[in-house]
Amino acid sequence: MVFFEWVRFLAGGFLLLFGLGIFAIEMIGVYRFHYVLNRMHAAAMGDTLGIGFSLVGLMIMSGFNFTSLKLLFVVIFLWFSSPSSSHLIARLEVTTDEEKEKHYRLVKLEELEQEISGRETDGCPDAGKEA
Amino acid sequence: MSRKISNEKYKKTFSYHMKQWFTGEKDPFLDSVEMKPQKEFAETKEEKSRRIQEKEQMMDWIYSGERNRELRAFRKAYHVISVLFCICLVAVLLIAVSYLPPFGNAGNPVNNEVPQRYIESGLQETGAVNIVTGMILDYRAFDTLGESHVLFIATCTVLILLRVDGDKKKRKEAEVDDRLYEPKNDVILQTVARILVPPIIIFGIYVILCGHLGPGGGFSGGAVIGAGLILYLNAFGFAKTERFFTAKTYKVMCFVALGCYCLAKSYSFYTGANHLESMISLGTPGAILSSGLILILNICVGIVVAGTMYTFYVMFRKGGY
Repeated sequence: MVFFEWVRFLAGGFLLLFGLGIFAIEMIGVYRFHYVLNRMHAAAMGDTLGIGFSLVGLMIMSGFNFTSLKLLFVVIFLWFSSPSSSHLIARLEVTTDEEKEKHYRLVKLEELEQEISGRETDGCPDAGKEA
Repeated sequence: MSRKISNEKYKKTFSYHMKQWFTGEKDPFLDSVEMKPQKEFAETKEEKSRRIQEKEQMMDWIYSGERNRELRAFRKAYHVISVLFCICLVAVLLIAVSYLPPFGNAGNPVNNEVPQRYIESGLQETGAVNIVTGMILDYRAFDTLGESHVLFIATCTVLILLRVDGDKKKRKEAEVDDRLYEPKNDVILQTVARILVPPIIIFGIYVILCGHLGPGGGFSGGAVIGAGLILYLNAFGFAKTERFFTAKTYKVMCFVALGCYCLAKSYSFYTGANHLESMISLGTPGAILSSGLILILNICVGIVVAGTMYTFYVMFRKGGY
């Protein structure tokens, strides 16, 4: 039984540390990138994967009780709210950005498909380089 | 222009002098003033470039450290003094902290007869399992009443400052502006709000109702409900929320809640001051309907806080609803 307790503690601790590592990567990304959408990509990682791993680690450590259920609810709530809020920020950024050409390239889906299929069939001279 | 009297006669009248003085043609102390139409400001490209160059040169003279010796000295002194000041401040604060009594020590000055009384007979006297709620809403209920009124007055001030006039055109402009810059009718947000808003509001109600049994209470629960309302408003727009929540609703809600609070508390003050037996029983501790007036007071505070949060948001976003 003591062995089982130790395994649980170690598994929980490993997951918690893994989540914290993802948070560290997120922090580096937020400060290294300079444009909103890039930064958001880095920040979303911590809000979903990092918090998920950390709270699952805490749940394993706490065991099968009411606290774990509350933590599960917190994870579910965050997985709902964080992506939708970042979606809103991204949408606002795209609608109000005045220098779109500087920041990103707008591509329509059909054009992208054509581009990709053109590369595969015709064999562009520099297709191999890009891939 | 037709005049009733001749031009020469008119020049002698009081109204003509008045008009001259008013338009600035003639000053009563300086006699007639020469009037010239103002020239529009114009300059050639060379003049403009020279002006800008001169200005830049002047700024350079004033603000470059190489030329301005006083500024150089000031900057050096500034760095040194700011570092010294920070070190002194940190030292003072650290010394002050080192004199504080250790946390949780039984001999601390905080542990006098007041918290002892709260802990020993709080459950008996207030009927609230959560001692903090018992303290806030029973022993110190007068203070909490003041806090609720502070919130109410703050909302009144925000209403006065941010309210867009009843002018329909202005209101419409604000609305149009809103539609331009806010993502509206967002399918993702609406779906998420449809799933999340009911649990949020139910959780807020739970926090308010269980304020005397566990962590929670009117302020936190009201904030949760207000946040849920704001999310609903963001997802579905003003047309949907104004069906059940307008300025009038807010006014009535706030007035009723604060009045109810005042009456309930006046009753308990009256009975307490005159050593009368309160008619409201404390009930069994741990049950939802227990602890006398605390549950009612919590609900009142929750209503005021939820309405205030929502109204602040609406005022800052649109200015009136």
